[in-house]
Amino acid sequence: MAEPAPDLTRPARPSRLTDPKFRALVFQILATLTVVAFLVYIVHNTLTNMEQRGISTGFGFLDRTAGFAILQSLIPYSETSTYGRTFVVGLLNTILVSALGVVCATLIGFVVGVLRLSSNWLIKKLATAYIETFRNIPLLLQIFFWYFAIGFNLPGPRQSIAIGETVFLNNRGLYVPAPVFGEGFGWTLAAIAVAIVAVIVLAHWARRRFELTGQSFHTVYVSLAILLGLPLLVFVATGAPLSWDMPALQGFNFRGGLTVIPELFALTLALSIYTAAFIAETVRSGIQSVSHGQTEAASALGLRPSWTLRLVIIPQAMRVIIPPLTSQYLNLTKNSSLAPAIGYPDLVAVFAGTTLNQTGQAVEIIAITMAVYLTLSLVISLFMNWYNKRMALKER
Amino acid sequence: MKLKRISLLAVAVAGVVATGTATAGATFDAVKKKGFVQCGVSTGLPGFSVSDDKGNWKGIDVDACRAVAAALFGDASKVKYTPLNAKERFTALQSGEIDMLPRNTTWTYTRDTSLGLNFAGVNYYDGQGFLISKKLGVKSAKELSGAAICIQAGTTTELNLADYFRANKMEYTAITYDSSDETIKGFEAGRCDVLTSDQSQLYALRIKLQKPDDAVVLPEVISKEPLGPVVRQGDDEWFNLVRWSLFAQINAEELGVTSANVDEKAKSTDPNVQRLLGGEGVKGEFLGVGDKWAYNIIKQVGNYGEMFERNVGQGSPLKIERGLNALWNKGGIQYAPPIR
Repeated sequence: MAEPAPDLTRPARPSRLTDPKFRALVFQILATLTVVAFLVYIVHNTLTNMEQRGISTGFGFLDRTAGFAILQSLIPYSETSTYGRTFVVGLLNTILVSALGVVCATLIGFVVGVLRLSSNWLIKKLATAYIETFRNIPLLLQIFFWYFAIGFNLPGPRQSIAIGETVFLNNRGLYVPAPVFGEGFGWTLAAIAVAIVAVIVLAHWARRRFELTGQSFHTVYVSLAILLGLPLLVFVATGAPLSWDMPALQGFNFRGGLTVIPELFALTLALSIYTAAFIAETVRSGIQSVSHGQTEAASALGLRPSWTLRLVIIPQAMRVIIPPLTSQYLNLTKNSSLAPAIGYPDLVAVFAGTTLNQTGQAVEIIAITMAVYLTLSLVISLFMNWYNKRMALKER
Repeated sequence: MKLKRISLLAVAVAGVVATGTATAGATFDAVKKKGFVQCGVSTGLPGFSVSDDKGNWKGIDVDACRAVAAALFGDASKVKYTPLNAKERFTALQSGEIDMLPRNTTWTYTRDTSLGLNFAGVNYYDGQGFLISKKLGVKSAKELSGAAICIQAGTTTELNLADYFRANKMEYTAITYDSSDETIKGFEAGRCDVLTSDQSQLYALRIKLQKPDDAVVLPEVISKEPLGPVVRQGDDEWFNLVRWSLFAQINAEELGVTSANVDEKAKSTDPNVQRLLGGEGVKGEFLGVGDKWAYNIIKQVGNYGEMFERNVGQGSPLKIERGLNALWNKGGIQYAPPIR
């Protein structure tokens, strides 16, 4: 019997093994499973080994009393607080130094970056020298330098440099009067809020009017007048409910007032100066990416040089600057973990340092610390990506 | 294709890790097999563990490791050192990076019970004190209210200090550094008025100052700090060896056996000396070592008194008195169970 002839009109169904889509799916599933299995294995292995060696695990330690002091705390903290609270104190100190660093580094970086392109030979070379010096010296050494070489050249507490008997500077820090808010100060705060809202409304109105009629408005001066005038008026009207807590020398040290510790100062300075050198280069490359034709076109339109920079060049340069700027902010935040070297009580010093050592729970504490830095970095990235999208070229 | 390669790689990595599964193996056997003791010491504390310009480690803590090597291998030089700061030390021991940790480490309840570690004995009874500049004219720790105080991070010192000031209703500012070197630098530069640490360390740090005579150690001792070698839990054989290496040195001092006269004493008819030096009675096999284990320790490292004087006592720049560390029958509390 002859076999039925194969149906030549329909191609043979291809083998599943040669189907690229199917193969890709299989490999993706396999890869995912392997990664998951690997993670499960690692975690299980760690837990088993720790149990075998009698090392206690878990997060119960966060409720135990810490019993040690911390040099600088943004929230009330004492020796009787818990390890959970030391975590918050350390985290806030990390955020404080990172935020200060980001702001200062951005300011210095933009100024130096623009100066690097200056037509003045001396200024240009000075900016270059700054960048090449600070970019190429390890950050840890710079931190030590600012802390030990500069900070400790200041006099001791009893020979403090005094400015009008209210502000004192010595090798233990900068002491300034602290405001003490009396009853009724809330009205002044409310006035500030009202002033801010008024300024925003004013700015919107001025822009609308400018776009519609071309008439400009002295927004800056009027805003400043509102911002300063209104709260001041309310403050005086409510009887000036504000007094100052003055620092005064008592025994070994100054007490009272607010203290800026030298550790914070040195760390912020080192982080901003170091990162600013990188930001300056980013700014320079961003500005140079805007073709010279744009500048010429702007002057042909009759824009002043300062307007050209502000309205034509910077907005276009920002698109090139923002992505690398984001990585510099991330670097700065992560570099702040060098703090323990000079005794600044950041998250690594307080939590991954002292707390880890007192409790011995290395795995949990390091995991929490890593998670915190990851979260901080992701938050910065998210914000900067949002800003980048806003600044991106809008094609209409 | 790329995906395939990645998944293959993942499988390979997983395989490698799986064969490298860590199990708590017997430290004793591992040490014997590799032929040396991996010893965790400080990053540099005169008298306890410090390396000289030729890289030779010296100190009372270093001698704890050398004694164990002498007992196990008959050669005190079979030791390798890992310098650790206060924060790293326990993790290094827990993870098996080092075999024993004699690093001026205070024996406390929490450390003994929750870290998976055992303290094998006390080689130095210490207590926390204060170092202060002479020109401040302070005579007692009770006058320290309001002072700025430099401390090393991750030590019992931080907790004792907080307790002491709280108990005496005094205020202070703590400046916490990572290593003892930075602590002393901060003190010298005037960042703090007072440096606090175990008294033995204060004497050691004081000689690191540019002008040691400008600083004094206040008389108050505010805590108990029994320092001793630490080992991992789970290997009793190793624990016994470390513990009895120390006890052998203390017993030797009590019996008057020194590195100089140990050969002569080996011929002695005193049964206590005979048992110590492996002549008669008890044998080294209980410890898993040769019969001459204690003889080797005393010959190569010396008895406890010799070790003390050489490293921290009159034979050293520190010139610390025996005090609590004298033998029990000489007014101190160093006491070892008998070898029998």
